[in-house]
Amino acid sequence: MTATANDTYKAPDTAPPILEAVGLTRHIPMHGRRHGQVVRAVDGVDLALRRGQILALVGQSGSGKSTLARLLALGDRPTSGEIRFDGRPVNAERRRDRRRHYGHVQMIMQDPFASLNRLHRLRYILSRPLRNFGTPGAAELEARIIELLERVNLTPGREFIDKYPHELSGGQRQRAAVARALAADPSVLLGDEPVSMLDVSIRLDILNLLTELRDRDGLSMLYITHDIASARHVADEVVVMFSGHLVEGGPAEAVTQNAKHPYTQLLLAASPDPDRLLSGEAGTGTAAASLAAAAGGPDADDDPDSAAGSATGADGGTEAGCPFRARCPHAQAICAERMPEAADAGSGHWVRCWLHT
Amino acid sequence: MTRRHHVRFRVPANRKVRVGLAVFLLLVLVAAFGQLFVGHVLGQSANRLHAGGNLESPSGRHWLGTTSFGQDVFAQLVAGTRTSLLVGLIGGAIATALAVLLGVLSGYTTGRSGAALTAFVNIFLVIPGLPLLILVASYTRGRGGWLTVAVIIGLTSWAGGARAKRAQTLSLRNRDFVEAANYSGESRTRILLLEVIPHLAPVIASTFLFSVVGSIAAEAGLDFIGAGHASTVSWGTMLYWVQSQGALQSGAWWWFLPPGLCIALVGTAAGLINFGVDELADPRLRTRKPGSAAGRSRRSGGVTPEGAR
Repeated sequence: MTATANDTYKAPDTAPPILEAVGLTRHIPMHGRRHGQVVRAVDGVDLALRRGQILALVGQSGSGKSTLARLLALGDRPTSGEIRFDGRPVNAERRRDRRRHYGHVQMIMQDPFASLNRLHRLRYILSRPLRNFGTPGAAELEARIIELLERVNLTPGREFIDKYPHELSGGQRQRAAVARALAADPSVLLGDEPVSMLDVSIRLDILNLLTELRDRDGLSMLYITHDIASARHVADEVVVMFSGHLVEGGPAEAVTQNAKHPYTQLLLAASPDPDRLLSGEAGTGTAAASLAAAAGGPDADDDPDSAAGSATGADGGTEAGCPFRARCPHAQAICAERMPEAADAGSGHWVRCWLHT
Repeated sequence: MTRRHHVRFRVPANRKVRVGLAVFLLLVLVAAFGQLFVGHVLGQSANRLHAGGNLESPSGRHWLGTTSFGQDVFAQLVAGTRTSLLVGLIGGAIATALAVLLGVLSGYTTGRSGAALTAFVNIFLVIPGLPLLILVASYTRGRGGWLTVAVIIGLTSWAGGARAKRAQTLSLRNRDFVEAANYSGESRTRILLLEVIPHLAPVIASTFLFSVVGSIAAEAGLDFIGAGHASTVSWGTMLYWVQSQGALQSGAWWWFLPPGLCIALVGTAAGLINFGVDELADPRLRTRKPGSAAGRSRRSGGVTPEGAR
């Protein structure tokens, strides 16, 4: 599986960025007793998604991954910062502009049981983006829906078109959700943990579908996950997020094989070594098993209290230093003062840690 | 055409629902054609005084006896059914429409306008219904007949239903499928009408059922205390005359039991039909054939297929 990723691997700097975040910040005000404080869900994130590539965003629960994806999809408004599509800033004030953005950037949500309205047949669910982002005639519409269903391997499409979501399995539902995203004919897909709600045996199918969409149709993709092993499997580039900050990023191989940031190292240590597993029989079963084992890893590791406290950064907005310092084995005095700028670790690999400046 | 075929009517599998619908249908038939039958077959009329002796007990000529003015009780009951059902249906429809409109809008709208709508709903919620009803009815007394009464009842009784819709909408508005519809480029109106409101169908249906019953009871209540329209015949005015003529003391059960039982019957029918409204928002339940395993397990209170997902 890693071999496929390597075959199609392109140097990250060659492709131009298509979707960019510049200093993107989202502070969520708190209510009740902690009124006046904010949760710093996303804090000054710079991110560039390149044309025809998959960028994996890795981090634990509550690190702000999903908020970042919703900001990029315009499902939420940033406190400050800018989103650029194809080099031009995205204006989110007017509904017409937001709709145009939806036509370029589509989201695949985590839970396929919640993201499809159970009252509608697939025919209706898929016809809406087709109608809203294009104007196919009635006769053409059905053909387009069947084509979409078959593109995500729901074959034969004619049999699936009049099904209700409850008549589909979890994997089939997620395929339908992917088909809905594709119906808008986007150039970027944002996958918010698109496989974490699925059964282990079908995760690999969906991941392969996503890589196929990249390889065949040249789609760009943000793949959000807490499973660094699957990130290495599908992604060209990996960035690691902790408590609203990106702490490390670069080519997938470099980040996973030569992690610099202590948090990335912790994430990798919590997941089984993909090389060790792949050196045996590199069959589907083994790879799927490694994904499954890794999925529980980083999250299960954390004690809920400390994870929630440190990961969300709900501290009244006074946080200045590195958010990871409380759990970092290499914490120094300077870590409490401020966060370092990104330091280059060679060939596009960068890290924000005082150990490497 | 494909949209049509999943809303087509079929006989519900649930026996309670069947009984409820049958009772309701019977009352509607009586309201629609009962007066023709009474007039042409029995030769009676609701308002004719001294059609028989005073306080006669039931007989072949007067099926439900006569009042103390010698009016035919059966003819009155049939005429009253029409008035009471019309008031119930119109009042219930107005109350339900307002409840859906204001409930869904106040739940879905954020910011200042949402808060203002919620405040408006809350104000109407705390205004005591019956005194307001009596107040308004006493102004319009004698004008517009039962239709005015129905409109007044509808306009004063929507607030509770609106709160229920608002609560449901609040939980629906942040569901993933609503967000997904937004990413699919859907307009706000379309999201409300085709994604959110269909999920409220069971709540709307049950609000409507109980608004109908509530309106009938409110109308009867108004008439009973004498705040209604004096010359209309309804179940409420029948009870008003029962009370003022001391029918309970003289033991004229044929006069006071029928209107009371009819009001109870409408309530029971609504309650029974309400057992079937869950199917409205769940295609899983809808696609089951009558008498299938799912139908049986629901009747016995067992697990629905939801649990077996």
